[in-house]
Amino acid sequence: MSKTPLQFRHNGRDVAIFVDGGTNLLVALRELIGDMTPKFGCGQGGCGTCSVLIDGETHLSCLTLAETIAGRSIETLDGMKQGPNLHPLQRAFADNFAAQCGYCTPGMLMAAKALLDRNPSPSRADVIEAISGNICRCTGYEPIINAILGAAGGRASA
Amino acid sequence: MAVTVKTFASAGEAAGALSSDRSARYLGGGTLVMRALNEGDVSVSTIVRARDQALTRIDASGPRVTLGAGVSFARVLAERDLAFLHAPARSIGGPAVRNMGTVGGNLFAPNPYGDFTVALLALDATIAVQGSFGARDIAIEEFLQSRERQSGALVLSVSCTRPASAEAFRYRKIARIKPKGGSVITLAAHLPVSGGRIAGARIALGSMAPTQIRAKGAERALEGRSLDAATIAAAASAASEGTSPSDNALGSAWYRREIVGVHLRRLLSGQE
Ligand SMILES: Cc1cc2nc3c(=O)[nH]c(=O)nc-3n(C[C@H](O)[C@H](O)[C@H](O)COP(=O)(O)OP(=O)(O)OC[C@H]3O[C@@H](n4cnc5c(N)ncnc54)[C@H](O)[C@@H]3O)c2cc1C
Ligand code: FES
Ligand code: FES
Repeated sequence: MSKTPLQFRHNGRDVAIFVDGGTNLLVALRELIGDMTPKFGCGQGGCGTCSVLIDGETHLSCLTLAETIAGRSIETLDGMKQGPNLHPLQRAFADNFAAQCGYCTPGMLMAAKALLDRNPSPSRADVIEAISGNICRCTGYEPIINAILGAAGGRASA
Repeated sequence: MAVTVKTFASAGEAAGALSSDRSARYLGGGTLVMRALNEGDVSVSTIVRARDQALTRIDASGPRVTLGAGVSFARVLAERDLAFLHAPARSIGGPAVRNMGTVGGNLFAPNPYGDFTVALLALDATIAVQGSFGARDIAIEEFLQSRERQSGALVLSVSCTRPASAEAFRYRKIARIKPKGGSVITLAAHLPVSGGRIAGARIALGSMAPTQIRAKGAERALEGRSLDAATIAAAASAASEGTSPSDNALGSAWYRREIVGVHLRRLLSGQE
């Protein structure tokens, strides 16, 4: 089985890899680029922990055929921190106890970033909607919702 | 298992590749195809893709609306001229699934999915397909009845006539997990009115049979009448006629038959 060359932008850097036919983006990111921040939860689109941004939109990397991202721009949690500083959303998650085991956190943060990039002052309903494809087994969601609203508030006043 | 991915510039070439290879599957948004691959489905050995811009075109300016098969639900939601399709589009998955999943893929989605298709069935949509025989238009009802045999054909677009008013088209999905749960049942009603009477009623149901079906008994009860309490009651009591739902984790066949009339009555009487 021949491999296919694939170039795309990964957190602002150009990368080039070779993929086997049918490889999904989650596997490509973790095994071929070494970006372990998107997590494998279900491989079925049900949990959202593999969420990444493709050209700014939330996508499930486990259901994305790697070859379809040629020439596009991927953002993962690995690219979120700003130099030595945490992104305001990461800070808010830490401050609001929005992560317990942390398994859902990468996907939650990507879904939250997609929301705030588009809508800097979302309502609570907007936040709930934005993370509705992401499952968290630990927090009961309230701390996560509050963290995202808090980060939005922080941004608005900054 | 690795699969062969074939990417084509035109829909015509993709259709050719699809119809000449039984193990080939077309990749729309991939939300179901990639799930099958992740689960080790060995019946798929070739994936066919097309980069054709025509597949992602939306023509929503006139009375007849056409959506390319590759249009995502997020794009439907972003289009103000498609307001009548926003409720069905919004009822699908979470935001990531709506960014990825396509109108064309939804036509093939098995229960408990296929919600957008329920809306298209009530709107008497036309499906443009391209197969080894060339391109042709098929009425959605006929398309769904022969869905199993359509696997070698590429859907190019779907089109339907815009409902005359917001009142004339109604949609409701019953799910246990909101907003992204699979359908317990899904209902759509198109009720064109002429001279105060319903003319050409269409009621479509999801999760009430192996594919989406029309509730023809309910349609007959509505036809030629005004939407009063007696007519609504008659339509509701005929709602489960001809249905053959199955049991799944979201609901039993018995439960589905019990509630379909209740929800049709609520839909027709405008109750939440
Ligand atoms: C977490 C999750 C939640 C979901 N929730 C819902 C829901 O609430 N409601 C719902 O209706 N669906 C739901 N789905 C199912 C699915 O996302 C949608 O039905 C979607 O419309 C499928 O489109 P796709 O383009 O992703 O299909 P794909 O996976 O790309 O394709 C599905 C099938 O259709 C065929 N196909 C696709 N496009 C074409 C074409 N143009 N011509 C010929 N064949 C084609 C493929 O070959 C394949 O057999 C959900 C899926 C997931 C993973
Ligand atoms: S791993 Fe992708 S949604 Fe669960
Ligand atoms: S913190 Fe454990 S799954 Fe969300």
